[in-house]
Amino acid sequence: MTRETTETTFVKTIASTLALAMRADEHVIVLGEDVAEGGPYTATAGLSEEFGRERVRNTPISEGTVCGVAIGAAQAGFRPVVEIMYIDFITLALDQLVNQAAKAHFMSGGQLSVPLVLRTQGGASGRGAAQHSQSLEVWLTHIPGLKVVMPSCAADAAGLLLSAIADPNPVVFVENKSLYFQREQAPSAPTPLPIGQAQLLRSGNDLTIIATSRMVGESLRAAQRLADEGVEVDVIDLRTLLPLDTDAIGRSVSRTGRAVVAHEAIRIGGFGAELTAQIQELAFDFLLAPIQRVGAPFTPVPLSPQLEDAYRPDADDVYAAARFAIEWDQPEVPAYASGSTTAGES
Amino acid sequence: MWLIRVFEERVAQLKRTMQVHGLVHLSIGGEGVAAAVCGQLRDDDAVYSSHRAHGHAIAKGAPLAATMAELMGRSDGLCKGLGGSMHLVDKRHGLLGATGVVGGNIPLAVGDALAARLSGSDRVTVVFFGDGAVQAGYFHESVNLAALWKLPLVFVCENNGLAEFTSRAEHSPVERVIDVVAPYGFGREAVDGSDVLAVSSAFGLFLEQARTGGGPFLLECATHRRRGHYEGDGQQYRGEQTELEWAKRDPLPRFQAQALKRGWVDSQTVVEIEAAARAAVEEAVEAARSSPFPTPELAAELVYA
Repeated sequence: MTRETTETTFVKTIASTLALAMRADEHVIVLGEDVAEGGPYTATAGLSEEFGRERVRNTPISEGTVCGVAIGAAQAGFRPVVEIMYIDFITLALDQLVNQAAKAHFMSGGQLSVPLVLRTQGGASGRGAAQHSQSLEVWLTHIPGLKVVMPSCAADAAGLLLSAIADPNPVVFVENKSLYFQREQAPSAPTPLPIGQAQLLRSGNDLTIIATSRMVGESLRAAQRLADEGVEVDVIDLRTLLPLDTDAIGRSVSRTGRAVVAHEAIRIGGFGAELTAQIQELAFDFLLAPIQRVGAPFTPVPLSPQLEDAYRPDADDVYAAARFAIEWDQPEVPAYASGSTTAGES
Repeated sequence: MWLIRVFEERVAQLKRTMQVHGLVHLSIGGEGVAAAVCGQLRDDDAVYSSHRAHGHAIAKGAPLAATMAELMGRSDGLCKGLGGSMHLVDKRHGLLGATGVVGGNIPLAVGDALAARLSGSDRVTVVFFGDGAVQAGYFHESVNLAALWKLPLVFVCENNGLAEFTSRAEHSPVERVIDVVAPYGFGREAVDGSDVLAVSSAFGLFLEQARTGGGPFLLECATHRRRGHYEGDGQQYRGEQTELEWAKRDPLPRFQAQALKRGWVDSQTVVEIEAAARAAVEEAVEAARSSPFPTPELAAELVYA
């Protein structure tokens, strides 16, 4: 079945999908700083005009409490979509998210549920400097009870946002500001996309690239360059970090034997570390090269344009990591393992 | 009140013999507030509680056996033994949650009251917290929002003058919590929390107004916990004189005497109420003891809804 698409942008898709969900269910409410004005990126543009300022509710700059208010409303049967304007400020809401939202269903023995969506955006772009540019999603993936979604394109954002709003659990929906204003095709009438399913965007037997959010597009560009050189790769868009689609990862790497994991977040301690561990658990016997991790350097995001540009991982980094894995020479079988007695030469 | 008193005395014993598990915070000496407030609420009125929640739960109607089983970590507990004393929830009776994070539930109560307002319901939300929570940012942010949005919410501060081990005087230059919220302009009152009738009448007025579009309100109840911050607390910070004074103000004998004096009960009924409470608590303990512990499978199943 072909689906009708229209040209749009990621950020317009967020606003139109929120509107769709609000039309379908009067329990869907939107709250956050400046949301009734559309917000700085226009992600909620037009909503207060259509649904009024009761359901599209501006809040004070009180992230922790606003997140708690959304949890309380969710526990009372509403489906709040709360916006934290920058993921950098999720630090202020982490207590509510981690100690209340994630655990309410469990701690209450299943009596409570928290059908909450927390929308936020991260990533370095536009010289936002160290407190408006981070990619902090990995913290949330350590918390049982949360779901963490990171769409890479407008079409997925629409489908995943619909699923997130319908989900009975708290879902953190992490957007990337760099993707907001690119022109893209998206379905005119979006339908829900399942949370927890990765998507194979390109297929090849030489290597697997697993990417999130903005790095999906960068990985596709790297894949094209590799293809021009005769190297065919799988590109997996993770779409959801938690719960993780381990089947898709295991299936692919077992076939290719080589893997690159790519995200915009800092490489050290990033979600790529978990992916790397998962890959060696799922496909150790098939690995032909060390798993490569692409991510940002271990520094805060710098302001200066040249430094910010250099800080952001891109297609070149994915390409270099892929080439390294492809060109990795398997060491010869060590002498002691082959039964030879020539050990001790060096 | 007798039910809460006897229940908590029994919990203290069971904690010492390691049959009740986890951190346990008792409200002995402060039961009057729970009784006077929750006694006036409907099942659909929501209560958010603090870490000192047994009294609120029982007064809101939580079954004793399931409450005791929860404290004992048993599968027939209110929360199937997964939450315990600090996480009591009884959704059927409108107890939407205690919390182990001081002040952490106050924003949730604001959200609940917002939901009530958006639904056009006349139900009211009550949030209990101690004076220790008043210094948390959540309290100030929540008071601001509830006042801004004029929500049907009653903040009930149980001011026992102690934040964990430290006196209020060391935590804040503002002695009375009603003074902290003064600029917001909503109805507020400070009462003797050991005077059940005073709490009842002040709360009743707030409740009636909150039900008919008023709110928020703050009721500050000067109260006392006769036991430690938690069971096992060495209580080096206690003053003997203060303890003697508060023993005299204990809300249970005080209310009993008032009830006798006014002819609401006779002395025989008073004896029967206490005996019935003791029997009910023993029955709850027995039922809880016979409940199995939850399985690891149950814990795994309840991570996601």
